Amino acid sequence: MAVFSGLSEKLNHIFSKMTKRGKLTELEIKQAMREVRIALLEADVNLQVAKDFIASVSEKAVGQDILKSLSPAQQVIKIVNEELTALMGSTNSKLVVSSSLPTVIMMCGLQGAGKTTLCGKLALHLKKQGKKPLLVACDVYRPAAIEQLKIVGEKAGAEVFEKGQGNPVKIASEGVEYAERFGFDTVIVDTAGRLHIDENLMKELEDITKTIRVDEILLTVDSMTGQDAVNVAKTFNERLAVTGVVLTKLDGDTRGGACLSIKAVTGKPIKFASVGEKLTDLEPFYPDRMASRILGMGDVLSLIEKAQEAVSEEQAVKLEKKFRENAFTLDDYLEQFAMLKKMGGARGLMEMLPGMGLGGKVKISDKDIDEKKIERTKAIILSMTKRERFDPSIINYSRKTRIAKGSGTTVQDVNQLLKQFDQTKQMMKMMRNRKGFFPF
Amino acid sequence: MGLFGKLFSALKKTKDGLGEKLRVLFARDKIGEDFYEDLEDVLISSDISVATADEIVENLRDRMISEKVKDKDYVLSELKTEIKGCLDMADDLEIGFPAVIMVIGVNGVGKTTSIGKIAAYYSSQGKSVTIAAADTFRAAAANQLEVWADRAKVRIVKSAEGSDPSAVVFDAVSSVKAKKTDVLIIDTAGRLHTKSNLMEELKKMSRVVEREYPQAEFYKFIALDATTGQNALSQVEVFDEAVGIDGIILTKLDGTAKGGFVVSLCNELQVPVVFVGTGEKIDDVELFDKDAFVDGIF
Repeated sequence: MAVFSGLSEKLNHIFSKMTKRGKLTELEIKQAMREVRIALLEADVNLQVAKDFIASVSEKAVGQDILKSLSPAQQVIKIVNEELTALMGSTNSKLVVSSSLPTVIMMCGLQGAGKTTLCGKLALHLKKQGKKPLLVACDVYRPAAIEQLKIVGEKAGAEVFEKGQGNPVKIASEGVEYAERFGFDTVIVDTAGRLHIDENLMKELEDITKTIRVDEILLTVDSMTGQDAVNVAKTFNERLAVTGVVLTKLDGDTRGGACLSIKAVTGKPIKFASVGEKLTDLEPFYPDRMASRILGMGDVLSLIEKAQEAVSEEQAVKLEKKFRENAFTLDDYLEQFAMLKKMGGARGLMEMLPGMGLGGKVKISDKDIDEKKIERTKAIILSMTKRERFDPSIINYSRKTRIAKGSGTTVQDVNQLLKQFDQTKQMMKMMRNRKGFFPF
Repeated sequence: MGLFGKLFSALKKTKDGLGEKLRVLFARDKIGEDFYEDLEDVLISSDISVATADEIVENLRDRMISEKVKDKDYVLSELKTEIKGCLDMADDLEIGFPAVIMVIGVNGVGKTTSIGKIAAYYSSQGKSVTIAAADTFRAAAANQLEVWADRAKVRIVKSAEGSDPSAVVFDAVSSVKAKKTDVLIIDTAGRLHTKSNLMEELKKMSRVVEREYPQAEFYKFIALDATTGQNALSQVEVFDEAVGIDGIILTKLDGTAKGGFVVSLCNELQVPVVFVGTGEKIDDVELFDKDAFVDGIF
């Protein structure tokens, strides 16, 4: 999507002025964070939440080393993404189970957030876990809401307790009694949608929680909600001590920044995500997926992950040290090829190797990284003993014959590899000695 | 309460949000680059899109710089003018009769409730009204609409849950043609605009009206929840592409949400707001008034 590629492009542009790789500077971070902030606002993250988030991330980002495998823009996105994921919490979709049954779950939220449908989904979810849920119809205001709950309950195979348009507090308490008498282990109380500023209706919810023991209060929030999500979540949480949040309608194309705002103001876990109209469309909440959705950078992030998997920072540092100390062995040589394969391209690896990046003076032709040849080289090295790999000078003719046999190659191939390895070492020695000549 | 009194009081809560932020912003001593940057943030945080907020601030800054304005009150009044200008991008909609109004939108925005209120509104204007329960998908949707039809004292055409919504539309159109009804309002199932099969279903319903009742004025209104954020733009774009959107019904404006996306919708997509929903009672609906809206949010 256009907006999405927008952020990575903008960040790339900011960092294009950065001539050499090193630490992220304050100025660059400041420029980059302006773009990140707009991206967050476009995703409906509340302004204040976005500002606070940016401030804390900037602090962490300034002075951070840029990973060898990442561009500065990618590095910033990586930091932002990690912080976002951390902020939204862990994957925890477990519902509270009360020690004295039945466990009572109460829904709350604005009109049209999707409470009644969610009741059905939760009932089905619980049934799958072998539980026996009872749905209690306390939305006595919206026309046909009880009817809707009955249909949803039937689809989920759960019984619905209703008393028509009576008093919701009384219905809730009678529903719990009914559950106790007939052996239901979980009670799900559907309530009417209400504005958080509707004093009477908010009090009604409070009265329910005072009358019956409620173990779980789930705030249901439409994932398309805008900046107002903060006010809604804050008020509901203050009045009711919400225990968890459920995000609905995530199957649309909203970036869902509201969930970050809600998490920030309530601190309560997001327990489920509702992703469709079928009763089975209920998922645990995945903070990492949500983070990339908010940033709108799924593709960029998977690319970063790929680069990180291929070469960890430590690996790169180790290799660099060996280069410098000239302690480069055939094992390292092998490792290089393995990385090359993982990255799926030679250029990436070359750039990752110190001094062999685009600015480096060493050019390796395509001939040297021929795919078959890589396989052959790997086979040869793997056929050597540990000692041979560490000190190739001990490899005599008899050893060469053994290695050739073991790797399905010829003695000639083994010779060629040893020669190549020797040249590489020589080259590195040269680089090291003429330190002033080369930029590393 | 006077004319637009309800809209004004509904927007009063909105006023506390945007107005408060602007007051803080305008209380700063200097109108410089940071000021305009922050102003843009404040606009975006009222659910106005980044593109429109950008445009408003750019225009305002250019004008203020060329006019060498330093007076904050003047900047504020000019900001109002800019926002009004955005709303003016969409032409007002005059409803002609006989009218067919199809109400569409994503799930839970308040389509059914709005239809009940709009039916009562036209009924109170002396028009004959029929509503069609073409939301055959959501559990008990038709029952809900029936209650509203009772309250508004209008006729309802409905069918069994799970039946073809286009068939309901066909029946309703035949019925209003025969009875020479002034207004037919069609309720449709809420659907996320990303579900292409459901969008096809909507196109089919639209075609039925066009084919069977060409002499009527056919309007497609999208219902948008005032609490919605930036996604409102995407909703209107996709629904517009599918069936063509003639107007917006802005719902749930009695909360604290601003409905600021309306400014971007008028500016970027030239779609006018027609009705505004301000509560759950049958008369909690009114025609949209730009000036009242802008005055209200400040």
